[in-house]
Amino acid sequence: MFTFLARRIASGLVLIVVVSAIAFTLVYSDGNRIARVILGPTASQESVQQRAEELGLNDPLPVQFARWFGGLLRGDLGNSLSDNRSVIETLSLRIPVTLTLVVFTLIVTVIIAVAIGLFSAYKGGWMDSALRIFGVFGFATPHFIIAIALVAIFALALGVLPATGYVPPGKSVEKWIASLILPVTALAVGTIASASQQIRGAVRDVLRQDYIRTLRSRGIPLPAIYLRHALKNASAPGLTTVALQFIGLLGGAVVIERVFALPGLGTLIIDSALKSDIPVIMGTVLFSVVVVVVVNVVVDLTIAWANPKARNR
Amino acid sequence: MTGAHETLLSIRDVVIEYKRSGWRAQPNRVLHSVSLDIREGETVGLVGESGSGKTTLGRGILGLVPIASGTVTYDGRDITHVSRRERRGLAKEIQVVFQDPYSSLNPSLLVSDILSEPLRAAGVAGGEARARVKDLLDRVGLPTDASHRYPSEFSGGQRQRIAIARALALEPRLIVCDEPVSALDLSTQARVLDLLVEIQERTGVALLVISHDLSVVRAVCHRVAVMYHGEIVEQGTTAQVIDDPQHDYTKRLLLAAPVSDPDEQQKRREARRLLNETALAADRESVGA
Amino acid sequence: MSVELGLPATAEPGTFVRLGMVRRLVKKPTVIVAVVILAVALFFAVFGRLLAPFDPNYSVLDMINMQPFQSDFILGGDRAGRDILSRLMFATANSLGGAAIAVVVSTLLGVTSGLLAGYYSGTIDAIGAWVSNVIQALPGIIVLIAVYVVAGPSTVVSMTVVGILFAPAYFRLVRNVVIAVRNELYVDAAKVAGLSDARIIGRHVLVVVRAPIIIEMAFVAGFALVIQASLEFIGLGSPENPTWGGMLQDSFNALYISPLAILWPAAAIILTVLAFVLISNAVRDTLGDPRNSAGRKRRAVQVDAQTQVEASDAFLSVSNLSIAYPLSAHETREVVKGVSLEVNRGEVLGLVGESGSGKTQTAFAILGLLPEEAIVASGRIALGGRSLLGLSEKQLNALRGNDIAYVPQEPMTNLDPAFTVGQQFDFAMRKKLKLTKAQTKERAIALLARVNINDPERVHGLYPHQLSGGMAQRVLIAIAVSCDPALLIADEPTTALDVTVQAEVLDLLRDLQRERSMAMILVTHNFGVVADICDRVAVMKDGRVVETGDTRSIIREPQDPYTQLLLASVLDNAPMRAPLDAEKETAS
Repeated sequence: MFTFLARRIASGLVLIVVVSAIAFTLVYSDGNRIARVILGPTASQESVQQRAEELGLNDPLPVQFARWFGGLLRGDLGNSLSDNRSVIETLSLRIPVTLTLVVFTLIVTVIIAVAIGLFSAYKGGWMDSALRIFGVFGFATPHFIIAIALVAIFALALGVLPATGYVPPGKSVEKWIASLILPVTALAVGTIASASQQIRGAVRDVLRQDYIRTLRSRGIPLPAIYLRHALKNASAPGLTTVALQFIGLLGGAVVIERVFALPGLGTLIIDSALKSDIPVIMGTVLFSVVVVVVVNVVVDLTIAWANPKARNR
Repeated sequence: MTGAHETLLSIRDVVIEYKRSGWRAQPNRVLHSVSLDIREGETVGLVGESGSGKTTLGRGILGLVPIASGTVTYDGRDITHVSRRERRGLAKEIQVVFQDPYSSLNPSLLVSDILSEPLRAAGVAGGEARARVKDLLDRVGLPTDASHRYPSEFSGGQRQRIAIARALALEPRLIVCDEPVSALDLSTQARVLDLLVEIQERTGVALLVISHDLSVVRAVCHRVAVMYHGEIVEQGTTAQVIDDPQHDYTKRLLLAAPVSDPDEQQKRREARRLLNETALAADRESVGA
Repeated sequence: MSVELGLPATAEPGTFVRLGMVRRLVKKPTVIVAVVILAVALFFAVFGRLLAPFDPNYSVLDMINMQPFQSDFILGGDRAGRDILSRLMFATANSLGGAAIAVVVSTLLGVTSGLLAGYYSGTIDAIGAWVSNVIQALPGIIVLIAVYVVAGPSTVVSMTVVGILFAPAYFRLVRNVVIAVRNELYVDAAKVAGLSDARIIGRHVLVVVRAPIIIEMAFVAGFALVIQASLEFIGLGSPENPTWGGMLQDSFNALYISPLAILWPAAAIILTVLAFVLISNAVRDTLGDPRNSAGRKRRAVQVDAQTQVEASDAFLSVSNLSIAYPLSAHETREVVKGVSLEVNRGEVLGLVGESGSGKTQTAFAILGLLPEEAIVASGRIALGGRSLLGLSEKQLNALRGNDIAYVPQEPMTNLDPAFTVGQQFDFAMRKKLKLTKAQTKERAIALLARVNINDPERVHGLYPHQLSGGMAQRVLIAIAVSCDPALLIADEPTTALDVTVQAEVLDLLRDLQRERSMAMILVTHNFGVVADICDRVAVMKDGRVVETGDTRSIIREPQDPYTQLLLASVLDNAPMRAPLDAEKETAS
């Protein structure tokens, strides 16, 4: 079990290095452009080149990456090109907002999707059909269109919830929750639609197995079979789904934060992209890859718990 | 042809290993130095339980798994390590019938496509191949209109006939039959085995019949080899092996197979218990010593 | 791929496209709707430029935020005073073109690499899997934003990247299907038949992956549309051309003034994506198991009260039992036709027949474990005088395990892989026998020892995948007898086992049956097994019992022609084949 964990973590670290190297190569390929961003469009070509030289932006990319990575190990990701604030500091302000949004959505999704998925696998019939229709529409409707619809209904027409903005929990817990309801709902609808279908599918696959009939032959009641056996055996595919959903939610949050003007990573990276603020973009990419790796390790461990065969791999 | 039967396939000291997953893992040796001869027109039975290596030997002859050491000689020619291209040429000589008639026929192809496939690969023209398909269906006792249907429209026994027809398409001199009837119902088993024997009598093809079922081997084989843990522990004529087994494992195998007569079976059961007890006692003695 | 939260379109490996599939597909109403939507979208993508009433950038001051259906701007004007309808038409080409780029790029990359990795495995596969894992770990939108920084607002670049991000989905799909197909015996048969690798991939492998690829392509098209619109919506789209996402952004900014303007681009996106999803689902349904699409209705067990049944004093009596399955709304197919059986206490009844004879269905009916859609059309099943049909699930659960127990055919698939042997004993016994945890463990270990398992304490803690087939079957037998059932139903309990193990398991069943004087029904196709253990035999054919009697008389003097045929087919009685040389001599 320990070697299993160690191997997963090691491969996660390799992944972080590889992905940041690729991203770094991509965004730092043109040093002059970065210098131009710093100096503004009116600066002369010579001064741009000189600045790039000073900042080491013309060094070979591996050297630059090593420098960046060294900074990372010391907890320094450089400063923003636009406001010159430390990237780490900026990120630490933005991350809690995005994580709150994503984690809340994930909790809501898992609870509702497991309930719907199990119930429709159990019940079949109209419930199945309804889930299918919900799945198709939930999938076909982008998060941000749902978000706009929610704003139009609950903020503009009914006026019961705020249309935009974020209130930190420190200020007012009630307002904090109110500011999260619409964004979480907007993100959760599509996620629930697809996750519940996959959970239903996974549970149905388990229910088709021979051992389910054999368990029934021992007089074990159906609810116990669903909650204990079907759920545990379906948890491996279910958790893989959840991991993918989580990664997907990070992307979804970018757009949703824009709609609700939430001060999270999404709005940060969009603004940075429009301003070509490359250190900030690198920082955001790094953070999201770390999140992905952590989620995958946690999911692998949980799968190993649920599926004894996976432990030996 | 004279009464003497030339050796068609000669297997000498064949070893087959599977790579194990993992770095520096020792390969898993599933066949230890196996030797066996098959003569022209002969049916040789290869009997053993799951994991004995009998299927692996068949796959080794067919070139579906690599042979680690030893030689396989076909008609005087060493075919142990032939290239893919030469192996394709051997399609005219050695063919196969697999156990499971459900997965051995591609469900998305028409029977006519399945049967003409080997012919087309051997360069037979389309028109001639079609004519041969009719003939093949006729030889295995299926109606001609079967060629325009999919495998799923046939029963297990009929599918196995299609698989036999495919094996016959190139008129091979040796067919490896891997558990040819074990997926079939009792009454179908007998008919498919009859068909194999009849084809052999007509064409003089040699058969290697791989089976876990002694009664199958007994009914169709001239000679029998018994495999146990990757080795051939005993071989001889069918009568020798079945009526007068020498090796302990063969004895146990024979006594374990139930016969369909209650009194006979009771005798067999007692004989088996006796054998097991003596074996156990012998074990204890050897441990004690 | 991690951009979105999808329904991965994994059809089961081994599914394939039939010639009639297209025909079956176009009959579905959802497919017709989807095709019409896509046809309209495609029409505007090609001819939108010519048909649009206005130039997309032609703006009129009076038309700013104009309401729909009130002017020449039929769908109204946007916040710059431009015609929404014309802009929608122009944007169609951009959106569909972008989706097409993503689909083509991802399909080409993923399918080629998947085919190679699956067919040749080894290093190619390892590299492919690693690259695909790296790509799947990328948060898509964030990657696209990083790409925007470098490449600027270009639909071609961003959709190519989307294509690369989606390639792993194809890679995995195709690789897994190819590996499944490569292990199919028909591919081995094709190799032996002399087909080249290229021919095998073309004929046998591509046929199988074709349909899953179509499913995936439709999904990727939908995904790509959504991602593209998202990028445009957050302001990272190309500013010169009208785009659906860009139009959404415009109308979102004017949401307070002109809320209706958001409807049109939203509808365009939703409908187009919907069409792709519908097509994808329809293809999957057409391939997938038919149970999902039609006729999966829950039916209560129907008991025909009119059936006249004579009272019987046998311990288990089944009389005139008929079981049918619905074929369509009006037709049913009877698989068990008026079967009557009796088993006395302490007696072993062999239920013999070939596949499709209805023997297993009869056994499941006694256990109350027929599939949901089965209909018990008539008959009576009584255990110790108490009728079993019509009992509630709860009443049946009180009987199962305690009074009737079951030993299945396939040992490895009948233990729950997620729990240890000990836990499975626990679930079966603790509630039924009202034992403590320690008592259950003690009893389970005693039972494991009783079924001749060496080191029962260790086996008690093992998971099913750590057991051999013979051990697993012993465990299943031990669990089955753990609550001292009065009737044991064993469905081909030795068919999946090796001959030598079969003999031992039969010995075990016989001993357990005698020492507990259980009644037992042994479903089998093997007359050797019957001769070994059964007191009486019922021979079944096509859902009917053709002959019943004690084992000796049935085997020695079968009355029914079918029983005679079966016994004549038993190979023990066939003549032994003579040696080759002897055969030739007699022939000449």
